[in-house]
Amino acid sequence: MLTYTLRRLAFAVPTLLIIAAAIFFLLELAPGDPMANVPLTVPSEVKEQMRQALGLGEPPLVRFALWLKQFFWIEPLNVVDATFGTTFAEGELRIISWQNRSPVFQTIAERIPQTLWVVGTSYVVAILIAIPIGIYSAYRQYSLFDQAGTFVTMVGFSVPPFFSGVLVIVIFSIQLGWFPTIYDTRHAVTDWDSFWVQVRQMVLPVMVLALQITSQLSRFMRASVLDNLNQDYVRTARAKGLVERRVILVHVLRNSLLPVVTVIALYVPAIFSGAIITEQIFKVNGIGQLLITALQANDWPMVQTLSFIFAVLIVVCNLIADLVYGLLDPRIRYD
Amino acid sequence: MTDRSATEPLTPSGTDAVVVSGPGHVGATEAVALPPARSQWGDVWAQFRTHKGALIGAGVFLLICLVVVLGPLVWPLDPTETNIRARNLPSSWTNPMGTDQLGRDIFARMMMGGRISLSVGLTAMALSILLGALVGVLAGYFRRADGPLMRLTDMFLALPILPLLLVMVVLFREPLAALFQSQSAGIFILMVTAIGITSWMQTARIVRGDVLALKEREFVLAARSIGTRPRGIILRHMLPNVMSPIMVSATLGIATAIITESTLSFLGLGFPPDFPTWGRLLNDGVAYLQLYPMRAVWPGLAISLVVLSINYVGDGLRDALDPRIRGR
Repeated sequence: MLTYTLRRLAFAVPTLLIIAAAIFFLLELAPGDPMANVPLTVPSEVKEQMRQALGLGEPPLVRFALWLKQFFWIEPLNVVDATFGTTFAEGELRIISWQNRSPVFQTIAERIPQTLWVVGTSYVVAILIAIPIGIYSAYRQYSLFDQAGTFVTMVGFSVPPFFSGVLVIVIFSIQLGWFPTIYDTRHAVTDWDSFWVQVRQMVLPVMVLALQITSQLSRFMRASVLDNLNQDYVRTARAKGLVERRVILVHVLRNSLLPVVTVIALYVPAIFSGAIITEQIFKVNGIGQLLITALQANDWPMVQTLSFIFAVLIVVCNLIADLVYGLLDPRIRYD
Repeated sequence: MTDRSATEPLTPSGTDAVVVSGPGHVGATEAVALPPARSQWGDVWAQFRTHKGALIGAGVFLLICLVVVLGPLVWPLDPTETNIRARNLPSSWTNPMGTDQLGRDIFARMMMGGRISLSVGLTAMALSILLGALVGVLAGYFRRADGPLMRLTDMFLALPILPLLLVMVVLFREPLAALFQSQSAGIFILMVTAIGITSWMQTARIVRGDVLALKEREFVLAARSIGTRPRGIILRHMLPNVMSPIMVSATLGIATAIITESTLSFLGLGFPPDFPTWGRLLNDGVAYLQLYPMRAVWPGLAISLVVLSINYVGDGLRDALDPRIRGR
């Protein structure tokens, strides 16, 4: 297991390096000059100095190496500094956004809590809904509930989030007026009333994100439970006189959760991409919206860093999915 | 997994037989006492017919395709003609889906947009299947290519697809439009290529797995022993036998490509405003959501309906092409 983990980690590093390089050199082709909106009255030698200060003006390969150093060395050092009050990273150039001339990670740190709240809540909601639905529709296969459930999940996973978002806005905000359409991120939770406001504004984005994940997860859960219901151990459990409840909720549930846990890990990146769209619809200023605005403003360091964070998320989640599967299921052996 | 097709000679007119010939059709041409000949595709069709969702899905999809392709030829209103006097009309007999803020007929624009969305979906799917099958067959058949190609596939699977697609569109929209001298051709090619080269990985993996298993079979050994070249083995023996998974991923690929294109257009980074794809129309409708919600609902409904029907067809096709289920 340990060697397998190490081997996977060893492979993850070149993968991430190549992805970083791919994104970097793709962005190299981009037009757009960070000095374009500096006033024309600024003399050209000053502009040149500003360029140098941003770490530009070097050949691409050097700048790529610099970016790697900034991402993997200087930025973590900054985190250490901020936590312990040390000054390791003082005077080192951080990854600077071209939009607002502040460190990219500072902006990301401001934006990420909103995304994590929405994404995290919807994932929890989705799992809590999907698993019971999956179990029950598999247990009563071809019943009315199962057929309705299969249809609803099929619809849920066919309707793209940008349409389900619009649809819930039309229904719940415009027609019924229950929930706000815009997510106010400056809203601070101080007492029960403001907590309630926070809950109300989170309902719609969470609903949209959860709908898609719920449908996919419950399909998996149903298939997995169906696989397990025909196994011999279920017959044994029933034969020795276990209550049906116990057979399903202990024996079958545990075994059928195994593949679903890996699917849950594998879908984490997908739900973050879904958040890009959802944040755009509900005007949540999370990292998804940050990516879109950075793209529109030709802010390449920001785009590069955010895309790379997404890549890291994918690689790490794949790794976790495989490792967790090996840990949970003793039948799986990685040699 | 394709037991039958491996032992039985393939019908030469394989693919088109899916739609045209049921058992009844074959029986009708040879009106002898013999039981009707059962072709592989006849069996597939027989199984496909039992999946009600898939049949309805196929019907809905074909209907939408027909309306979108033939509709503009008979529909009297032009999708680009503005009419300031008839702005923001609700649904009526002359404008079944109403008109937009410039008085353009939304139904005409929907058909126009459907043409673009569907053709992007189909072309991108074709490209992605082509790439996927190529990589899969090469990796499965030639052991030396297996390692590098599969590492490449893993690498692509780890790419952050949506951010990268957005970047590609932003970067290459202008240069390609300039290269092809027209904005529509440029953005179409860009979309299709971008979606195609970021969605072939699943197909490649499935095809590789199947080719690896097929390679060990006796009929491949027999073919090799009579001196068939790798090219011949791949074209004559491998490809027909991996057709089933390829067809299923092709079907589902159309849906993914349409969703991806609409997502990009919805985020304002796809087709320019004068090309009304469904995603773009939805994006335009969002601005008027408070007053005219139906304007955003129509295109969204169209996308969802197409994707839903394709997913059902994919489900049915998967069952129909799986010989373990077929005939049960």
